[in-house]
Amino acid sequence: MNTQTLTEPASATARRPLSVQLREALPSALRKLDPRALLASPVMLVVELGAVLTTVMTVVDPGTTSVGVTIWLWLTVLFGNLAEAVAEGRGKAQADSLRALQEETTAYRLTGRPDPARGSLLDRPAEVVPSTSLRPGDLVVVTAGERIPGDGDVVEGVASVDESAVTGESAPVIRESGGDRSAVTGGTIVLSDRIVVRISSEPGHSFVDRMIALVEGSERQRTPNEIALNVLLTSLTAIFLVVVVTLYFIADHSDAGQSVLVLTALLVCLIPTTISALLSAIGIAGMDRLLQRNVLAMSGRAVEAAGDVDVLLLDKTGTITLGNRQACAMLPVAEVPDADLADAALLSSLADETPEGRSIVALVRGDDARPPVPATATLVPFSASTRMSGVDLPGRSVRKGAASAVSRWVEEQRGVVSHQVGELVEGISRSGGTPLVVAEQRAGEEPRVLGVVHLKDVVKPGMRERFAELRSMGIRTVMVTGDNATTAAAIAEEAGVDDVLAEATPEDKLALIRREQEGGRMVAMCGDGTNDAPALAQADVGVAMNTGTTAAKEAGNMVDLDSDPTKLIDVVEIGKQLLITRGALTTFSVANDVAKYFAILPAMFVVAFPGLDVLNVMRLSSPESAILSAVIFNALVIVALIPLALRGVRYRPSSAAALLNRNLLIYGVGGIVAPFVGIKLIDLLVSTLPGA
Amino acid sequence: MSDVLPALGQAVVLVAALALSTPLLGGHLARTYTSERHLRPERLTYRLLRVDPDADQTWRTYALSVLGFSLVGLLLLFGLGRLQQHLPLSLGFDALPADGAWNTAVSFVANTNWQWYSGEAAAGHLLQAAGLTVQNFVSAAVGMSVAAAFARGLARSRAGGRVGSFWTDLVRSLVRVLVPIAVVGATALAVGGVVQSWHGPRDVTTLTGGSQPVLGGPVASQEAIKELGTNGGGFFNANSAHPFENPTPVTNLLEIFLILLIPFAMAWAFGLIVKDKRQGGAVLAVMALLLGVSTALLTWAEMAAPGTAPTLAGGAMEGKEVRFGEAGSALFGAATTGTSTGAVNAMHDSFTAPGGGLTMFNMMLGEIAPGGVGSGLYGMLVLAVVAVFLAGLMVGRTPEYLGKKISQREIVLVALYVLTTPVLVLAGTALALSVPAGLAGLQESGPHGLSEALYAVTSASNNNGSAFGGLTSGTPFWNTLLGTCMLLGRFVPIVLVLALAGRFAGAQRLPAGAGTLPTHRPLFVVLLSGVAVVVVGLTYVPVLVLGPIVESLS
Repeated sequence: MNTQTLTEPASATARRPLSVQLREALPSALRKLDPRALLASPVMLVVELGAVLTTVMTVVDPGTTSVGVTIWLWLTVLFGNLAEAVAEGRGKAQADSLRALQEETTAYRLTGRPDPARGSLLDRPAEVVPSTSLRPGDLVVVTAGERIPGDGDVVEGVASVDESAVTGESAPVIRESGGDRSAVTGGTIVLSDRIVVRISSEPGHSFVDRMIALVEGSERQRTPNEIALNVLLTSLTAIFLVVVVTLYFIADHSDAGQSVLVLTALLVCLIPTTISALLSAIGIAGMDRLLQRNVLAMSGRAVEAAGDVDVLLLDKTGTITLGNRQACAMLPVAEVPDADLADAALLSSLADETPEGRSIVALVRGDDARPPVPATATLVPFSASTRMSGVDLPGRSVRKGAASAVSRWVEEQRGVVSHQVGELVEGISRSGGTPLVVAEQRAGEEPRVLGVVHLKDVVKPGMRERFAELRSMGIRTVMVTGDNATTAAAIAEEAGVDDVLAEATPEDKLALIRREQEGGRMVAMCGDGTNDAPALAQADVGVAMNTGTTAAKEAGNMVDLDSDPTKLIDVVEIGKQLLITRGALTTFSVANDVAKYFAILPAMFVVAFPGLDVLNVMRLSSPESAILSAVIFNALVIVALIPLALRGVRYRPSSAAALLNRNLLIYGVGGIVAPFVGIKLIDLLVSTLPGA
Repeated sequence: MSDVLPALGQAVVLVAALALSTPLLGGHLARTYTSERHLRPERLTYRLLRVDPDADQTWRTYALSVLGFSLVGLLLLFGLGRLQQHLPLSLGFDALPADGAWNTAVSFVANTNWQWYSGEAAAGHLLQAAGLTVQNFVSAAVGMSVAAAFARGLARSRAGGRVGSFWTDLVRSLVRVLVPIAVVGATALAVGGVVQSWHGPRDVTTLTGGSQPVLGGPVASQEAIKELGTNGGGFFNANSAHPFENPTPVTNLLEIFLILLIPFAMAWAFGLIVKDKRQGGAVLAVMALLLGVSTALLTWAEMAAPGTAPTLAGGAMEGKEVRFGEAGSALFGAATTGTSTGAVNAMHDSFTAPGGGLTMFNMMLGEIAPGGVGSGLYGMLVLAVVAVFLAGLMVGRTPEYLGKKISQREIVLVALYVLTTPVLVLAGTALALSVPAGLAGLQESGPHGLSEALYAVTSASNNNGSAFGGLTSGTPFWNTLLGTCMLLGRFVPIVLVLALAGRFAGAQRLPAGAGTLPTHRPLFVVLLSGVAVVVVGLTYVPVLVLGPIVESLS
């Protein structure tokens, strides 16, 4: 499986030390000081207004504390911007390498009306046009060595294509007309042959354009959950605004009047600056984490939905099983010696290059080496109509294939198929395997069935554990397969999935998704074929394989560039991690306020009411340094948490109750304790400053 | 210490009684709000009111019904107060002043029962019985109805925002719950020695040989609903400290029981209505936990009696009745401020400084432990939504409570709800302390004066109605300010809660799985309690620091 990341420069960016990333993001962070840029985050806007207010007051009446508070209030805003800018900066490098794909190329557009009588499209005349003038529906011809001028589907020909610039996978892939491997991406390079492509995207709306917009975060729209959280944060800010403004009057009454500077400092410390500053960085970083795993999410909403998924539809082949069957046993019919069956099975598989054929050779011989095919042999290849393959030797014919096909072959030659064969076939099917009947006919003899080869679907290692994990997270897995119910049930049992959809047609899939959604459950699935498109569109999270058709890619809300269906599970985990990170930092931010009260309130009122010194549990050196320390802590904690926001909090699949336990302890209790330590340490430093 | 045993004894008896009554009454309440059957007196009432008892109202219609019904009550009370001298049974009292009549009308309609006047010196029997006592019943029924509508909203799935019929809820609350229990309660109180008569003032000869008029009246009947409906408006100014209202420790305990009876049972009923008993149990546990802690702290504060004067006197008995003692007063104090009752059997003004602060903190919690009849439940449930939202993200899913997703629209309503009371309390206090008319009412200056103002505004905004004492509130300024706080503090949250109920009723109830945040486990109980204390603490600590906390520390 391809484990490369999207593009080399991207991972290089992520690997560089944070300090470098911070420095590079500084200009962008400064630009974001524009209040209009802060409108989306009322909390940070309040901080900036507070900073403006204290700046004015400091200019009018300078003092050590007021200068300190003012500087650190500005830094608080700046640090918030910095977090966002760093998150965005990570995408920039990726975007640049993608932009290189977009340089204008020349395209050979076919002219003239389609004329079936003229045969191949490749023979039609072509005109040279710039790639930017191509419109959906245009047909272009691309020859080896040329760049494909736009997204589209191959309508004629076969070619190997280098898609490494988009997927990071260096091995070329085959693209051919018809079927599920017809989609090509603009900017990729044809390595061999000639193909005709029907363009499917408008200029500026291609897949690469969308990728660029996504990695740069310019298309980022705030997700429903983020908006709801913002409402809560804004209302907390409103409450604290009321607290601080009324405190001005109430303190006056108590003859403990407070300066606007101190009240502004109090306000900024109380409002949830930590989470507000990091909120958008968390969202961008979540998309970025998906990109690191080569999954393109078309919207942040989809990433968030991934965290909410209740049901996963997984295709059996390639996802749950290895994708090919392996021979695991030879079951001869009663009077046939084991060696005869083995010999016939081996003979019929010598030229069989399918994984099934290879596995029969391996089972019989005990190793992978295959003996040469006898020179006298005539190979009978597998075909969809005969559903069997074999070999003809002088005086001997061997066939192997589906039970019904081989039985018919035997009966056509006036042979008899015993009951025992039927029983063996039945037994294998029931256990989830695929029976392969082997028969031979020797010259002058009646044809006879020698026995049955048991082909087994091999469940990928570790899947059982993975599904158990998902179950503990409250996610149900449904295996989708074209197999019959008996076989499907046996594999489902072995893999440990919760449910199974056997003999599934695309319509069945769609109906299943609708049914689950009716019951209020969110469904994720992946698919590649055109007939998967309706189901992909209906699913809450639809991951299309990059190898799939354009229709599938457009119907889904994510594209997996590696075309690895197992990744659906990773996608769910990243979605959850995104939400957890938001929740954890919100809790941390609110819990911080407790300690800040213990720092600031005694400092504010201890002069008027000496008794309040008892509340100065941190024994901060002076009222001024207490207030300044709280403000500094409030700003520094943002920088300290940037790595966490970008990386996401640690997530191990477990039940909601266990997650809550753990995160409440770390971010709730930790959020109460941490600032006591932090503010005390900062106070020790601040109190050594002259004038403080 | 000899005081400890009775203190523990009364607590044990109370807990045992509540443990017995809560599931019983809770079951009855759940049936009351979900049954399809109408009793005969109810059918009669519906015909009189010309309402269809089976109409399923949208939240808007429900809210308009609540507001309309309350407005009528408000106007009626205002009229009774202003026209008192022209009406029978006035006992010769004059009309209430305009601002006073407004204050009283709002106060009783809003289930607050803040009394700026002395009941025995300003209100005649007609105003007391036909006005105030009637409102004691119906304002309580309104609160219960809104809570029932909210519970139904959570219980339903895709019900198009329909939350039930207000008129049915109202009438059933009265006929099936409040009236029967009040009758039993009044009888028990009368047996216990509470006065019940229709006499005017009687002259009695005092010990010193002088003569003094003493007013009797239908005290026991008002007393029962005063506690049962978490109203708190006393027949006498001294409220439950008056020997005619609350003569013995036994009646004292009975009154405390009546105060807590319905609020706890509502939580149990909630679990039954949403068809998940454990959810009701969790809410109940949070209520019990918060009330238990505050009672323990308050009792400690009063019995340990920190401070110079109590130490010299040998106990913090100033402002308390000898027949109840410190523990009996503390328990009553915690119960009355933990609910929205506001009846008092001691002067909270005279509690020790930390004790006074605790009663304020109880009210600031939004009276959710266990809160007013109905209002306690919906207040707690709104906080549960906040807790779910804060913590729910931490389990990696869009937060949901009882299978209802909490999205932007819901959180806006919740945020407005959570904002309303703090804004009223803090802005009201700041205003009162900044204008001469406000300051004029304060008895003392400094931190204790601040506490007097803060307590009054907190009590009004949270619809508690208890007074700290010391504040002269019967002035136009205070009557208007507190009246406004009571009105907004009652009806703004009600409308928001009903809107939220409508949202929930329209949404699908999602099935719970291992991935959903469990809201019935002990962890959630701790979390919800923590969220309540921290959110409220963060809002009010600065002003509490300047009032009771400074007092306690100096």
